[in-house]
Amino acid sequence: MTQATPSSELGWKRHSKPLVPYETSEKLGRFSLLAITLGAFAFLYVPIIVLVVFSFNSARTGAVWQGFTLSWYERMINNERLIDAALKSLVIATVSTIIAVIIGTLTALAMERYKFRSKGAWDALLYMPVIVPEIVMGVSLAMFFGLVSGGVKALVTAVTGVEPEVADVRGFGTLVISHVAFSMPFVYLTVRARLADFDTTLEEAAKDLGANEMRTFMRITLPLLAPGIISGALLALTLSIDDFIISFFVNGKGWNTLPIYIWSALKQGVTPEINAVSTALLLFSILIVTLSVVIQRRQQ
Amino acid sequence: MPDTPTADIGVELRDVVKKFGEVAAVDHVSLAVRNKEFFAMLGPSGCGKTTCLRMIAGFERPTSGEVYINGEAQGATPPFERNVNTVFQSYALFPHMTVAQNVAFGLEMRGVAAPEVKRRVGEALELVRLPHLASRYPKQMSGGQQQRVALARALVNRPQVLLLDEPLGALDQKLRKEMQLELKSLQTQVGITFVFVTHDQEEALTMSDRICVMSQGHALQVGTPVEIYERPNCRFVADFIGETNFIDGTVSAVNGDFATLKTAAGMPVTGRIGGGPDARPTVGANATVSVRPEKITLAEKAPESGVNAHEVRVFSVGYVGSDTRVVVKLGDANIDVWEQNSVSTLDPNYFFRPGETAWLTFKPENALVLTS
Amino acid sequence: MMQRFRERPGLRLFSLMLPGGFWLIVFFLIPLAVIGAISFMGRDDLGSPTLPWTTDAYAQAFDPIYLQLFLFSMWLSLLTTLATLIIAMPVALFIARMPKKWRNLMIFLVMIPFWTNFLVRTYALLFLLRANGPMNNILMGVGLIQEPISLLSTPFAVWVGLVYGNLPFMILPLYSSLEKFDWTLIEAANDLGANTVKAFFRVMLPLTAPGLLAGSILTFVPAVGSYITVELMGGGKTTMIGRVIATQFGTAGNWPLGSAMSLILMVIVTLAAVLYFRAGRGERMAL
Ligand SMILES: Nc1ncnc2c1ncn2[C@@H]1O[C@H](COP(=O)(O)OP(=O)(O)OP(=O)(O)O)[C@@H](O)[C@H]1O
Ligand SMILES: [Mg+2]
Repeated sequence: MTQATPSSELGWKRHSKPLVPYETSEKLGRFSLLAITLGAFAFLYVPIIVLVVFSFNSARTGAVWQGFTLSWYERMINNERLIDAALKSLVIATVSTIIAVIIGTLTALAMERYKFRSKGAWDALLYMPVIVPEIVMGVSLAMFFGLVSGGVKALVTAVTGVEPEVADVRGFGTLVISHVAFSMPFVYLTVRARLADFDTTLEEAAKDLGANEMRTFMRITLPLLAPGIISGALLALTLSIDDFIISFFVNGKGWNTLPIYIWSALKQGVTPEINAVSTALLLFSILIVTLSVVIQRRQQ
Repeated sequence: MPDTPTADIGVELRDVVKKFGEVAAVDHVSLAVRNKEFFAMLGPSGCGKTTCLRMIAGFERPTSGEVYINGEAQGATPPFERNVNTVFQSYALFPHMTVAQNVAFGLEMRGVAAPEVKRRVGEALELVRLPHLASRYPKQMSGGQQQRVALARALVNRPQVLLLDEPLGALDQKLRKEMQLELKSLQTQVGITFVFVTHDQEEALTMSDRICVMSQGHALQVGTPVEIYERPNCRFVADFIGETNFIDGTVSAVNGDFATLKTAAGMPVTGRIGGGPDARPTVGANATVSVRPEKITLAEKAPESGVNAHEVRVFSVGYVGSDTRVVVKLGDANIDVWEQNSVSTLDPNYFFRPGETAWLTFKPENALVLTS
Repeated sequence: MMQRFRERPGLRLFSLMLPGGFWLIVFFLIPLAVIGAISFMGRDDLGSPTLPWTTDAYAQAFDPIYLQLFLFSMWLSLLTTLATLIIAMPVALFIARMPKKWRNLMIFLVMIPFWTNFLVRTYALLFLLRANGPMNNILMGVGLIQEPISLLSTPFAVWVGLVYGNLPFMILPLYSSLEKFDWTLIEAANDLGANTVKAFFRVMLPLTAPGLLAGSILTFVPAVGSYITVELMGGGKTTMIGRVIATQFGTAGNWPLGSAMSLILMVIVTLAAVLYFRAGRGERMAL
């Protein structure tokens, strides 16, 4: 190495001529990336677009286009059970999101700003709802609420001396509780990620300028965390409205959410009305995505 | 350096143009780098230095023109088949590999046998004085150390040409000076052609055998540091390399190698005709005399020879230790004069003071007449 | 009050952690403990769990029939993860190499299915592929088939459904690690003699491993426990572990068996997640 070596001895062989010229293979590579991407987008979107198109098809059954109609949307709006389910979904989503956002943010603050011995265990516990299959969470909550119902029944019997006919705790409360349980960790993760990037000297500056802990939090920390909190809230809202499996196991009588309604309608057979509802839900998702993108933009 | 025999050319750009959209980043550049030469490409930001280097390495293809390495036209030869290696400005060390693995990468790609790889990696790390850090990851090292790993990673392949894109740009002043020396001695040691991009003129002057000065996609001048400094071929090069004074005027006489200008105020200024063999100023044309501040002397009395002697008013005086930097007014123009403090004295009368009058002179052979 | 808080950071930490900790312990951990307990119980004629403690349910869960089901579910999920990976990698690469303006639009287009109701999307696929759905019509229209064929109720249909459902969950994490990728590293690899394929495997793949692992986990875990996809695309003929668990708590009425299966499923996904974190940590150490 210390001496100049003639370049023929450099261990440098010109590769034998490739099968296709380098430029051609480069173009080929770029073309196949394009082809796969287009294929993947077609795969993702064709079913959705077909569904949307057929929500305007006047044929009741079959997949033959028979003309444009809005009648399925009309029926959707006039379907009381469906509207009721949609409203219930909205209420549950709103309430559970509010709770999940508050709890998730507090937890994120604790986990990011403090050191304590059991932190590793809490880290794992907060991750678990994200990875535990929904079906497992659903059945475990169903069993748990069943047990609680039994306990309530026994308690009422013991206190009043009369055995109540039904003592089912399942309903609005259990739905909200369950939705918070699975959406809160997502809020926590989102807010914590934002907190991790937080410039703590800003808080120190506020205190230096005379703000106390509370005012620092309200005037500096919270506003700067807001984008993370809002992203987390949108995620929680979507998760709640989308959830079928867990809700299905904990809903109780009369508390059918929109996905549960769609599911039972599907089980009775495919109707254009389901296409209309699905299209409405799709529009809702696009709205949420747009919102979250706008928030991310403003974050930067 | 002897006149260029073509066999001695390592890298050559022939009439190379590179356009990004409509903009020509490199505009009809032709230059030849000799084997085992330390060749610097110098120019302001955005002048196309990196683009030239990337075309030699094979990351970009010229829009027109051709790159030759060892006399072979490169055409569409991909970077991995060129006998050229690059030290990237950001070092581009693989973060998931240790120092040793980084250095071994190129040899492995070439199918060099494992024991040989090990030996040569060891040698290369020895060369950059980092053998003790072989098992570190790039993130665990200082900027200077990373820089040397990048160097070892490229050198271990014994390329015919090593391309360095502002390799010292990210280092602090002190480390930079150290690395300049180290790089230069390394180059002599390994005998590999270095093409070195920088926008630091001092770096280019101290390190290179030859320099190519670029501006806005054009290669303006190629020459040794002395040539570039003492015989800039245009106003831009004179201005970009070191400090200089420009005195504008119209040519009033041409006499052999010398020409005389008359400034707007009617003062005659004479200098050596510069700007290459075919740049002959004609009487009546606009031209500029470029004269470096250290080549001007100030005196209290009028000198005997009247050539380039003018009475001026001292405007400001700055003492910087090794010399005294005086700004004088020649008509409306400010002229910088650097007087070497060759006498050790505390006597304040030794120095000029603002407001005083003085006589400025410089020899015609120390000034250049440049036609634009 | 403020005074107390300031002086005792322990108290502050406690009150910040209390709501989240309470919720997770009471409404997540205890329910899991409940099915843990049930899994070690017997059952009476009506299907309710009974004491004494027994491991019968586990013996039953490891019965060849159910064991096969577990293996099948894991196999299908693995195939799903592989397929999504193979599709998502070129897509993410392609998007990451696009000009900024286009990139944002493409990612927006990936995010829409990402955020759309999973049930609705699976239904859309079902609608397209069902016996007298548009796909059959097209196939008959171009004369490929004479009469409607069944495109559903096969393992293949379930697999397609799982790939369809999970593709966005693979593309997004892959893209976000490719977006951060320093492309001069590829140039450096090329410069050192690695061709495009070698540069991909030696430099890009290891460095995008975190996104790749995250995407794989985000695909594998929901796939292995999936219910909606099997139910809709499998049409009762192809079944997976998630659906069998649901049946045990419904029509089959075998809570202990359902609980035991749930716990086994949890062990599987936890192992997958632990592997992920191990690998992820290794990566992060190097980076
Ligand atoms: N990939 C590209 N696409 C479009 N324009 C480019 C591209 N690369 C370079 N340019 C443009 O070409 C010109 C020359 O760029 P180049 O990077 O070669 O300059 P440079 O001399 O290396 O500058 P610096 O000292 O700042 O590194 C610049 O105006 C730059 O904006
Ligand atoms: Mg550059």
